[in-house]
Amino acid sequence: MWATIKSIFLAIPTGLSVTFKHLFRRKVTTRYPDVKPVFEDRYRGLHYLSRYPDGRERCVCCGLCAKACPADAIYMEPTETETGERYPKVFEINELRCIFCGFCEEACPEEAIFLGHEFEFSAGDRGDFIYTKEMLLANFDKIEKDRVAKNIKPFIRQDKFQFKKPADPVH
Amino acid sequence: MAELIPVIIVIVKVTVIFVGLLTAVAYTTYFERRVVAFIQSRIGPNRVGPAGLLQPLADAVKLLFKEEFIPAKANKFLFSIAPMMSFVPACMAIAVIPIGDTISIAGYKIDLIISDLNVGILYIFALSSLGVYGIVLAGWSSNSKYSLLGGLRSSAQMISYEIGLGLSIVGIVMITGSFSLAEIVRFQSGSIFNWFIFKQPVAFLLFFISAMAETNRLPFDLPEAESELVGGYHTEYSGMRFGLFYLAEYASMITISSLAATLFLGGWNGPYLPPVFWFLIKVIFFLFIYVWVRGTLPRFRYDQLMRFGWLVIIPLTLLNIMITGLLIYLWR
Repeated sequence: MWATIKSIFLAIPTGLSVTFKHLFRRKVTTRYPDVKPVFEDRYRGLHYLSRYPDGRERCVCCGLCAKACPADAIYMEPTETETGERYPKVFEINELRCIFCGFCEEACPEEAIFLGHEFEFSAGDRGDFIYTKEMLLANFDKIEKDRVAKNIKPFIRQDKFQFKKPADPVH
Repeated sequence: MAELIPVIIVIVKVTVIFVGLLTAVAYTTYFERRVVAFIQSRIGPNRVGPAGLLQPLADAVKLLFKEEFIPAKANKFLFSIAPMMSFVPACMAIAVIPIGDTISIAGYKIDLIISDLNVGILYIFALSSLGVYGIVLAGWSSNSKYSLLGGLRSSAQMISYEIGLGLSIVGIVMITGSFSLAEIVRFQSGSIFNWFIFKQPVAFLLFFISAMAETNRLPFDLPEAESELVGGYHTEYSGMRFGLFYLAEYASMITISSLAATLFLGGWNGPYLPPVFWFLIKVIFFLFIYVWVRGTLPRFRYDQLMRFGWLVIIPLTLLNIMITGLLIYLWR
C-alpha cells in the first residue's frame, strides 16, 4: 500500500512531466512525400552511365562491373565503331536483382557506371525494372543538367580520352 | 402557440447538446491521436483536410462502409444490440450536466441543461452502470474466449470502481446537501476557492482515478488489453458496431470529464468569459489529462487493479467521508 501511494505521489508526476516535455519536442517524423529526404553523397541509389563532356559514352563494355556484381544484375553485349572503339550494344541492369552494393562503380576503370541518389523508381511490372542503356544514359543526362544548373564541380575526370589507333602489328 | 414554445426550446436544447456531444466525440478521437502523437515525438494524422481536421469524418465514412461481421456461433440478437446498449447510456448521461448559466432569450428563461434532475448524480451513476451491460453482453454474445474474458474483466472492474466513484463525491453531496448538478455548480460560484477541488482535494484525486477505471481508459483499460486479449470485448466486432463501442468510450470520457468539471472545478463559473466557454475549457482540460495519462502510464496488472480499487480507493473514500462529516459537524 505504501508503495502504491508513493508511486501516485512521486513516480506518476515524474512520468507525466517527462511526457509533457515531449509535447514540445521537435518531431522525428519525416513528411516523406512533402519533404524529400536529403542523402549523403555516398548514398547508393539508381545507376547511371556517364558520358564525356562531348557526349560520347564512357563505357567500353569491358564487363568488369558484370563480373564484380554479386547479384548478377548486369548484362552487356559489346560491339565496335568503325574506328575500333568498343562500346556496349546492349547494357541492361536488373534493378530488382541489384543489391546496391556499389561494387560495379568500384570495378569500373572508365568512371562510366555510378550509383546516383534517385530512389523513387517504382513500376507496376517486373519487366519495367530492367534498365536499358538508353535509360541509364538518360539518368546521367538528368543528373548532369541538374549539376550544371546548380554549378557544382564535377567529380568525374573531364579530360577527353583520346583514342589512338592501335599500331599495326605487322609493321 | 405560446404553449408550444417550451416544447420547442427543449427540442432545440436536446438537438444542440446531442449534436454537440457527437461532434465532440468525433474530435476527441482526433485530439487524442494528435496529443499522443506529440507525446511520442510524432505528428499524428495530418493528411485529411487542413492539419488533418477532417480525419474523424474519414474514419466515420470508413467505418460505415466496412463489413459488419457476425461470428457464426454468436448470439445474433445480443451481438447486434450490445453496441447500442453501450452507446445510448454513455450519451444520455450528458442530459443532466449544466453547460451554462440560465440565459433569457426574448423573455424566456432557458436553463442550459437538458433536464435539471434533483437526483442528477444518481442518474449519471445509474447510466454508467447500465453501460456495463453493453460490454458484458458484447463479450458474452461474441462466443469468443477473448471477448468473454474482456467482458468479465470489464464487469468486475466497473463494479469495483463504481463504488469508489460514488463514494468519492459523497463529501460534495454532504456539503451542498443536493444531488442536483445545477445546485452544486451554483454552490461553487463566487470566489475560485469555492470550487470543490480546494475543499475536497483527496476526493478529486480519487474521483478522477475511479473515473479513468470506469471509462476503461489507460492505465485501467484491462477489458481491451490488446497484448493479452486481442481486442477484449470488441474483438469480434467490425464496421459501425465497432464504431459504436468506440463512440461510447469517448462519449463516456466526455461525460465524466464534464462531471469532473461540474463537481470539482465549478462548472461554468469563471471570470470574464461567457459561462459556456468556461465549461468547455474545463472539459477540454480534463480530456487533455485523460490523453496525457494515456500517453504516460502503462497498464495495470489485473490483481493490482483489483487490490488498488478495493484496498486503496474505497478505504480512502470512506476516510474522506468521515473527515468531511467531522469537519461539517465542527463547523456548525
